[in-house]
Amino acid sequence: MESNPVEQELAPEIEDIVEERISVASQRQLIWWRFRKHRVAVVATVIILLFYTTVLFADFLATSNPADSEAFRGLMPPQPVSLFDGWKPSPHVCAVSGARNLVTFQKEYVRDCDEKIQVRFFARGYDYKFLGIIPTDRHLIGMSDDTLRPEDYMYLLGTDKQGRDMYSRLLFGTRISLLIGLFGVVLSLVLGIVLGAISGFYGGLIDNVIQRIVEITRSIPSIPLYMGIAAAFPSDWSILKIYFAITIIISLFAWTDLARVVRGRFLTMRDEDFVTAAMLSGANQRRVIFRHMLPSFYSHIIAAATLALPLMIIAETTLSFLGLGMRPPAISWGTLLQDAQNIQTIALTPWLMIPALPVILVILALNFMGDGLRDAADPYSN
Amino acid sequence: MNMQPTESETVITEQETGTLPLLAVEDLQTYFFTDEGTVKAVDGASFEVLPGQTLGIVGESGCGKSITAKSILQIIDSPGQIVGGQVKLSLDGTESRNLLDMEPNGIEIRAIRGGEISMIFQEPMTSFSPVHTFGNQIVEAIRLHSSLDADEAHELAVDWMRRVGIPSPEQRMSEYAYQFSGGQRQRAMIAMALCTEPRILIADEPTTALDVTTQAQILDILQSLQKQNEMSILFITHDLGVIAEVADVVAVMYLGKVVEIGPVETIFASPKHPYTKALLSSMPTIDAAPRERMPSITGAIPHPQNRPSGCSFHPRCPSYMSDICGLKEPELMSVGTDQQASCFLYGRD
Amino acid sequence: MLGYLIRRLFYAVLAIWAVTMISFFIINLPPGDYVTSYVAQLAIQGSIMQFEEIENLREFYGLNQPMYVQYLKWMNQIVHGNLGFSFEFGLPVNDVIGERLILTMILALATITFIWLMAIPIGILSAVRQYSIWDHTFTFFGFVGLAVPDFMLALVMMYLGFVLFHFSVGGLFSPEYVTASWSMGRVIDLAQHMIIPILILGTAGTASLIRITRANLLDELRKPYVVTARAKGLSEWRLILKYPVRMALNPAISLTAYILPFLVSGSIVVSVVLGLPTVGPILLKSLVAQDMFLAGSIILLIGSMTVVGTFLSDLLLVWADPRVKFEGRE
Repeated sequence: MESNPVEQELAPEIEDIVEERISVASQRQLIWWRFRKHRVAVVATVIILLFYTTVLFADFLATSNPADSEAFRGLMPPQPVSLFDGWKPSPHVCAVSGARNLVTFQKEYVRDCDEKIQVRFFARGYDYKFLGIIPTDRHLIGMSDDTLRPEDYMYLLGTDKQGRDMYSRLLFGTRISLLIGLFGVVLSLVLGIVLGAISGFYGGLIDNVIQRIVEITRSIPSIPLYMGIAAAFPSDWSILKIYFAITIIISLFAWTDLARVVRGRFLTMRDEDFVTAAMLSGANQRRVIFRHMLPSFYSHIIAAATLALPLMIIAETTLSFLGLGMRPPAISWGTLLQDAQNIQTIALTPWLMIPALPVILVILALNFMGDGLRDAADPYSN
Repeated sequence: MNMQPTESETVITEQETGTLPLLAVEDLQTYFFTDEGTVKAVDGASFEVLPGQTLGIVGESGCGKSITAKSILQIIDSPGQIVGGQVKLSLDGTESRNLLDMEPNGIEIRAIRGGEISMIFQEPMTSFSPVHTFGNQIVEAIRLHSSLDADEAHELAVDWMRRVGIPSPEQRMSEYAYQFSGGQRQRAMIAMALCTEPRILIADEPTTALDVTTQAQILDILQSLQKQNEMSILFITHDLGVIAEVADVVAVMYLGKVVEIGPVETIFASPKHPYTKALLSSMPTIDAAPRERMPSITGAIPHPQNRPSGCSFHPRCPSYMSDICGLKEPELMSVGTDQQASCFLYGRD
Repeated sequence: MLGYLIRRLFYAVLAIWAVTMISFFIINLPPGDYVTSYVAQLAIQGSIMQFEEIENLREFYGLNQPMYVQYLKWMNQIVHGNLGFSFEFGLPVNDVIGERLILTMILALATITFIWLMAIPIGILSAVRQYSIWDHTFTFFGFVGLAVPDFMLALVMMYLGFVLFHFSVGGLFSPEYVTASWSMGRVIDLAQHMIIPILILGTAGTASLIRITRANLLDELRKPYVVTARAKGLSEWRLILKYPVRMALNPAISLTAYILPFLVSGSIVVSVVLGLPTVGPILLKSLVAQDMFLAGSIILLIGSMTVVGTFLSDLLLVWADPRVKFEGRE
């Protein structure tokens, strides 16, 4: 039977449930779903979050006061905590005594496991203020016997030349290096977003000028300049001052990538309808930029920022390693690695290179995380 | 655009028994195995191409016509794979070779590609390499399929550029794609495809990206070259007007299957498959009454991963029969002289 | 195309000018002026300068005059080839830097060559054999290469070299060649010693280039002109190398320009760790000692070299991509 398809009643359509879900999901949800598909990125994010937790809990996780030094226990290899005594669960460290080898003139340490010193969790250690406010002296691991100082017995990752506990120092170094990275990224973000927005939004001559500045900044090698500027810090500057100054000069180079991303987004968005609508409804330009355009690419900015962090960390670590950045007694990954600068040190006391591991891990994780964020934020990049 | 086929179109020649068609596609199946699931892009396409004939494949976007064409030459990108069917090429009418049996990217099929069967594409701008000259790319095609040396190939290429109507061809040989206009690029692509004198030209939407005037010119060139070289054309398009203009035989595809096939006049005059009918009646005509609502096919093309059961058109079909259409899949069956359709209206078997 | 080149040249000159300003700024950063430090240094070493001499020096460097005059005087000297005097070494800066600068350049060029030779084939292989074991392996190493800072890699290499192979990794010449004049033997010696520094410096750059090449090639492989080439009957590898690879090379060239500053930065650090006779170690020394003319000159020279290198790769890009000639794209 012939009939005009338009007038006829049809058999019911099969609605696609999945498609409907996708079409009503908010942008944030879409981004989260896409991000979740990258297993590696998710793992990386967890790792980064764990690291930043140590920033908060550095004191609690540390065993010894990082500044406590005793020459006689210098350059001790890592002393692991044994969890069992035979078959009994009994966490302890073995006593260590040091002697100087008369042939090599090196200090040699002897572990004497007949003498066991018990350790336990939530023990007492040096005093500190948790989160800067609550005074306490509890640490994650310490000695069972309250009269014993962990500084004299616990050397989870060995000691440095001055006999300071590497494990505790590493925790504090992590805190400082990660924070410098974070502040540096924030500064670069501000610079990058402002300049990128102006560049992309106004176009024309301003855009040209800013682009030239970006190009010139990118074609000049950064480390020699960092070195040059950092070397001029007066030696009487406080650690805090140096800290901020380093953050600032590193940011002066790192903003370019962020500016480029922001500018690119603005350029494509400038002609979109919702921008015109906002402007027509009377909003002034600044309002249009910040309230209407920016929110649509928070995710891109976050991705770019995450990818900028590793550069900051590498820059600070390198500078401090060379002696031009953070200076003792400040502890950062770079200053910790300073001790591992020459071949003799590395050959004889390789545990001094352990601070390299968190650096590598954090940078790898940040790269994966940033990649995942970037892929999730931009649906058209695949 | 002329909707009705012109009288001078050749009628399908009677096949003497025993002569194999130039190209016979039988039950071609090409699936795409993606993370989200398997997409059956082509799921049982069958048709034949005779020497000197133009077969038009028509259908909406996504019905699998492009994939069918690419499957013939085995140039499907992963995750696509040809999973079934046969593509038999017979150059002399007596023996045939199954193209799908040939090793993918092997010497045999590479000789066919660009040699016996050439292909032109929809977007001439992106179908040429932007950093190589035209001359380079055309000469490459010539030398791949002949034993001419560089100079001879160059001469031949210039000759072909002239034949497709590109002015100052000698100069054009050393120019790049972005220096040509859209129509000229498409002509150059035709030249590149035909300079090896193939028996079959597969044209995948060659005029879709062009404006109407250029479109007409290109179609003219194609048809005149076809006559000169006695070539068959497999013309793929979604534009029924173009089909009426160029095709001798029409195959209508829907969701990966050929649902109707027959001589062009017959299809246009008396379409049998409900989809064909709907397609034809949804074309805007100059004869329609003013302010009459534009007819369209109700519903939307289902997502290829959600194929309807039974006949894939049944959810949108005005002649839907609830006792069979959603349950069994119809096969192509004869519905007239040289005409076949796959619909239970014409026989339940 | 000419317009494009002239513009790039102009920007390069601007960049070099910026470098000179920054270098000048750095030179003047530490408190006290140059002459005071110089005089004090000489005094420590036992020689006292006459007042007139001091005043002459002040005059010469324009230290009594406003900043921009000093800058101009300094630039004037630079253009005449006089980079100043290093009191740390007691020699004119030119003599101190001399051969080290050439070695720095050789190291940078050799590293770039290495990066190209390694990364392009690996990138192509990774893209063509996507998701294969090779792809995953190279991607992984690529990431590691990006993540590990140069100096750390240098440390690890030193450690491994010492512990596993019992040779000391360091320096660019064997003892007998250090002060010798150039000869074939010296060149070979240099080449052998450069292997490890190149490996270290090249890792991050290779990783980046592999990633970019792979990503771009993957994009290009899906493009219509590749399908056309296949439909013409070209064999897979021939068409891959002729068409999409050629297209994917362009971003690779752009990336090289971007990598150069990082290479130079990295070489500074690595040469400090490995004790190479390039400008790195003396830059560090001069900064620590606040020997500012030496430090500033080094920064000026390597900054300018880098800008020139970037400009040269822009030239390369123009030659490689005819579309740039036509459209004057940046």
